[in-house]
Amino acid sequence: MDHSGEKVVLHEGDVQRALTRIAHEIAERNPQARNLSVVGIHRRGAFLARRLRDLLEELLDTEIPLGDLDIGFYRDDVASRPDAPIVHASHIDFDVAGRTVVIVDDVLFTGRTVRAAIEALFDYGRPERVQLAVLADRGHRELPIRPDYVGKNLPTARSEHVRVRVLELDGVDEVAIAEVVETPA
Amino acid sequence: MNHLLSIEDLDRAGIERIVEQAARFSEVSDREIKKVPALRGRMVLNLFYESSTRTRSSFELAAKRLSADVVNFAASGSSVEKGESLKDTVLTLSAHKPDAIVIRTPWAGAAALVSRWCSAAIVNAGDGKHEHPTQALLDVYTLRGRLGGIDGASIWIVGDVAHSRVARSNIIAFQRMGAKVTVAGPPTLIPRGIESLGCDVRFTLDELDSADVVYALRMQRERMSEMWVPSLREYAAWYQINGRRLSPRQVLMHPGPVNRGVELSGEVVDSPQAVITAQVEAGVVVRMAVLYELLTGARAPSPGSGATAEAGAATVGERQLA
Repeated sequence: MDHSGEKVVLHEGDVQRALTRIAHEIAERNPQARNLSVVGIHRRGAFLARRLRDLLEELLDTEIPLGDLDIGFYRDDVASRPDAPIVHASHIDFDVAGRTVVIVDDVLFTGRTVRAAIEALFDYGRPERVQLAVLADRGHRELPIRPDYVGKNLPTARSEHVRVRVLELDGVDEVAIAEVVETPA
Repeated sequence: MNHLLSIEDLDRAGIERIVEQAARFSEVSDREIKKVPALRGRMVLNLFYESSTRTRSSFELAAKRLSADVVNFAASGSSVEKGESLKDTVLTLSAHKPDAIVIRTPWAGAAALVSRWCSAAIVNAGDGKHEHPTQALLDVYTLRGRLGGIDGASIWIVGDVAHSRVARSNIIAFQRMGAKVTVAGPPTLIPRGIESLGCDVRFTLDELDSADVVYALRMQRERMSEMWVPSLREYAAWYQINGRRLSPRQVLMHPGPVNRGVELSGEVVDSPQAVITAQVEAGVVVRMAVLYELLTGARAPSPGSGATAEAGAATVGERQLA
């Protein structure tokens, strides 16, 4: 993928600052820290979730369970995609029943991924409360879904792509907007 | 991949893709709710002209874990007994618009024929002495789980190779995955020309200790009337895998059902070398991966499915989740 025509909107330090702020907001909104858990959506959301969890453990001085979720089985577009999406294993090794689960993803766009993640989560049990934290909200929702914690609101055109890179996977923390030139189908 | 008719439909990368997908699916079986909605609204038809317990039940379980609807059609007790041909049966059942047909027959090539008569994805669950590709996939999956990889492993397939579709599919699959395959058994049960598949042939078990994996085939009792071997007792004396012949470092496999005391002694079935129950477990996740691969994604010709055509048009690129 070529990086030309990209505009970086969140740089290295900005990403970590946004996560720190989100962690404080989560702590503030959830005084019952022992019920809290964090679940990231594959793949980049899972890395962000791990960092949020570490920040929260430090803030609240308690152990907070961490999980990750792949929503491949729960997609609503399997019939219209050319190929079967690769499904990664999910790992939720704690009982979600009665807990507050903070779902973490990198970009919130149509809301379909979050819908699928909520459905997936409920196959593991009945959480008491589900909240949503995203690093970037780019708008264009197609479902009635609203984030509880946002790193940055990014007004975008539908034709643009938002690219999130994380240190663990891409060697750098940043969020960029790219104009994608697509040949019309 | 539109059908799975033969293991030859899959190259090494294809086999790896399916077994790796299967490994990621195994987590679903450990959940509180052992079901995901991936194939909701899809219909899988099990069409079995031969008796089968584990293959049919594992396909059924695999389809149900993925939320597909399953219809079981067994030839006995059906219109087949009234003389209906395979083609007419398939055309009749196609009226229900199955998305996949899992078919087992005693006739080599039947699955390939059926794939020409209807638009469903066809999975060959055993066609006569020809092939049983999902068995080969689950055996590759099981062996990878046990050995890490099977590149360079020496695998001996022992017993009634001549009547075994499992042997044919597994020779091909194991070799594609980089293993060295040797078949062994009485000369009457080793088909002439089998080495053209690339395997070695032995008529005794004298060198069995060179094997990393011993794969025993079922001695089919129903074949004994045809005098392929003098007696099961004589077969067992020469070819039974028992504690004396199996070393502790070897892995023992068997496609089931086992005839204890014939191809395997009771002690080795229960030994730590045996991965026979792991093979059964693998059956479900591997068949999940096969059904998932065949039934997700837009199938090119899907008559009567307007929703797919509508969603499949210009919007595909934009519909990706974000």
